[in-house]
Amino acid sequence: MGNIAMNLEEEIQQTRKAKKFNLWLGIIGMFMMFAALSSGFIVYTASGVDKGIKTILPQAFIYSTLTIVLSSITLHLAYSAAKLGNIGRQKLLLLVTVVLGIIFFVVQVQAWKVLTEQGVYFINNNASQSFIYVFTGLHLLHIVVGILVLLRALTGVLKGIPQGDNVFRMDLATVFWHFLDLLWIYIYVFLLLNQ
Amino acid sequence: MSSTVISHDAGHHDAHGHHHETFLTKYIFSQDHKMIAKQFLITGIIMAVFAMLLSLLFRIQLAWPDKDFPILEVFLGKWAEGGRIKPEFFLSLVTIHGTMMVFFVLTAGLSGTFSNLLIPYQLGARDMASPFMNMLSYWFFFVACVIMIGSFFVESGPASAGWTIYPPLSALPTSIAGSGLGMSLWLASMVLFIASQVMGGVNYISTVLNMRTKGMDLWRMPLTIWSFFLTAIVGLLSFPVLVSAVVLLIFDRSAGTSFYLSDLVVGGQILPNEGGSPILFQHLFWFLGHPEVYIVVMPALGLTSEVISTNSRKPIFGYHAMVYSLVGITVLSFIVWGHHMFVTGMNPFLGGVFMITTLIIAVPSAVKAFNYMATLWRGNIRFTPAMMFAIGMVSFFISGGLTGIFLGNATLDINLHDTYFVVAHFHLVMGSASIFGMLCGVYHWYPKMFGRMMNEKLGYFHFWLTFIGAYLVFFPMHFMGIDGVPRRYYAFTEFPFMEKWVSVNVLVTWAAIIAGLGQLAFLINFFGSIWNGKKATQNPWNSNTLEWTTPVEHIHGNWPGEIPTVYRWPYDYSKPGHDEDFIPQNVPFSQTMSSNMMHDFEGDDEAVRIQEQWNKENNRVVEG
Repeated sequence: MGNIAMNLEEEIQQTRKAKKFNLWLGIIGMFMMFAALSSGFIVYTASGVDKGIKTILPQAFIYSTLTIVLSSITLHLAYSAAKLGNIGRQKLLLLVTVVLGIIFFVVQVQAWKVLTEQGVYFINNNASQSFIYVFTGLHLLHIVVGILVLLRALTGVLKGIPQGDNVFRMDLATVFWHFLDLLWIYIYVFLLLNQ
Repeated sequence: MSSTVISHDAGHHDAHGHHHETFLTKYIFSQDHKMIAKQFLITGIIMAVFAMLLSLLFRIQLAWPDKDFPILEVFLGKWAEGGRIKPEFFLSLVTIHGTMMVFFVLTAGLSGTFSNLLIPYQLGARDMASPFMNMLSYWFFFVACVIMIGSFFVESGPASAGWTIYPPLSALPTSIAGSGLGMSLWLASMVLFIASQVMGGVNYISTVLNMRTKGMDLWRMPLTIWSFFLTAIVGLLSFPVLVSAVVLLIFDRSAGTSFYLSDLVVGGQILPNEGGSPILFQHLFWFLGHPEVYIVVMPALGLTSEVISTNSRKPIFGYHAMVYSLVGITVLSFIVWGHHMFVTGMNPFLGGVFMITTLIIAVPSAVKAFNYMATLWRGNIRFTPAMMFAIGMVSFFISGGLTGIFLGNATLDINLHDTYFVVAHFHLVMGSASIFGMLCGVYHWYPKMFGRMMNEKLGYFHFWLTFIGAYLVFFPMHFMGIDGVPRRYYAFTEFPFMEKWVSVNVLVTWAAIIAGLGQLAFLINFFGSIWNGKKATQNPWNSNTLEWTTPVEHIHGNWPGEIPTVYRWPYDYSKPGHDEDFIPQNVPFSQTMSSNMMHDFEGDDEAVRIQEQWNKENNRVVEG
């Protein structure tokens, strides 16, 4: 009996699946962007002994890493709460995640300040050091988008959209935010290895 | 019981999509894939006409470098003072011609139009995975076009560093006139364009993988869908790399970083930038740039596969080989970018590696060319205008592809690099072939897009003028290239060894002008037929794919009732034993007992048994 036309519920499920897949594809695109920067960094840094990071990365990066890992955990708990229909808990944890995201942003900007105090400027004849700003800056741009996505999930749950939609929004936000978390860890490790 | 069908009519579908359709939501900010396809197509056509006019301008300069054309000054003002195009403007013309043709016409205009139109239609989906993103994709593209055209209205002129925008010309705003605001606008436009392509591409991939109707497994997809799908994958993996390259370039231009810049003196002044490498940009650029040429040509290959099979009334020859060759091209396209950089001082060993990977691409390409010819062989060919363009596409793909084998050789490339030989090669294999693929698609799917037919006579007229014109324009360039004439040179009269080629340039320019005028036939046909064309029937070409099962009138959700189920591959043309020479994909095998073959059942024993019993009862003898 497999060959029957699709009904409405199936079509909604199919569309949701496709939208989530879109997100994964977008993540591949973003990954390629940072992969290109990484390969650019490697090629550039290999072009001379005077190239390379040649500085100690600021402590602030450790704090921001802890912040974003923590935010991933809170978001995951918020998502679980949403799935169980525990709306109050979901709201609270989601709000905490947004705050942690903003803290991450502030700490990263703080790290730039530390870097300039160490004499590592963006405008630099050793572009390996400029790359630190490009990596972190582009990641921060993604974080801004990530915070917007979180806020959209938050307004959704505050307005009381249907449970199905709520869980779906949370699902997308969680995948994206975890990706941003992992992306930051990748960037940090990549920079540490080239320190 | 699972077979309960919840009726799903178009009105119902509207209930969760569009509540009220106004002019604005229907024609402007439409989220319907059919409307977005038309938006992409018409914008693409406008950009193509614009870019073609640019090429005619620089062709005039090349043919008559010492003559004044006062009329040019009327239109171009200070860019053609005294009726002669200025050298700086000449460079802008070639740059913007290339940019618009490659990105706006042959990427967005081709992929954007036909992926949007055909992916939901041929797969049996009501729309794209994310219609909203799809709409954004178009509007980002539109704004990118506006900005690019807008760069003609700034005082220092449009970008002029070539479509490949190599630094330092593109990275130093003070280096030439076009490196100023024009270049900034180029970059802004391109960032928007990339955003558009990534959003579009993500949608195409996701739709193909998630939104197929029942029975439409991957090996029943038409080759059009395979090519759009693989094109979108190539785009998704390569465009973000260009973003990175462009971001670094913008920092070099505007912030003073030194990613690409080193040891430069401009106007007697030593620049502070040190340590950068322009080669780094070339690597990043060509990592997109080479896959980009396959982004341009693969959709054309898909469209022509479908049109050639339909109009030969024969199954496409080697369906699986066609798919695997597309996959092969997709994979190989990422590991050949170095062949654009043989003369940058690349390590000869690395050059050798890139040479081998490049030449391997000839294999899948040749598979496709031979399969086209084998499909045509002894077919019951209908020479519709679409079919003419499809055959023309194959012709250009072969004649342009052959010179790729010359250019892919690292040693030969030392001589041929940056000469007219390269110009001839890519204009045939990528430019003309893709444009012909696109036009073939327009002629073939016009009834699906506008519900009316195009005029055939004007179509043939358009074909022959364009076909002969394109060969007359690009073929002589091979000989100029072998003689060492470099591309992008402003006046052939300045160099004694090039002077003898001016007479050839006159021929080329006249051919270009006449072929250009020939496009009027297309424009009249295209825009005129929207209102005055003969009304189309539901399936005017007797084609098998699902888009022809939808009503002629466009409705939101494509099918008024249930989405059809697919039972067979799309190429059952002229199947022996069937009373018609086509069997649409949604016709079950139970209705075509007289033409079923045992391999149609893919090992389904029950079906084979029923068929054998039927054969016995009806005295049908199956060969083989």
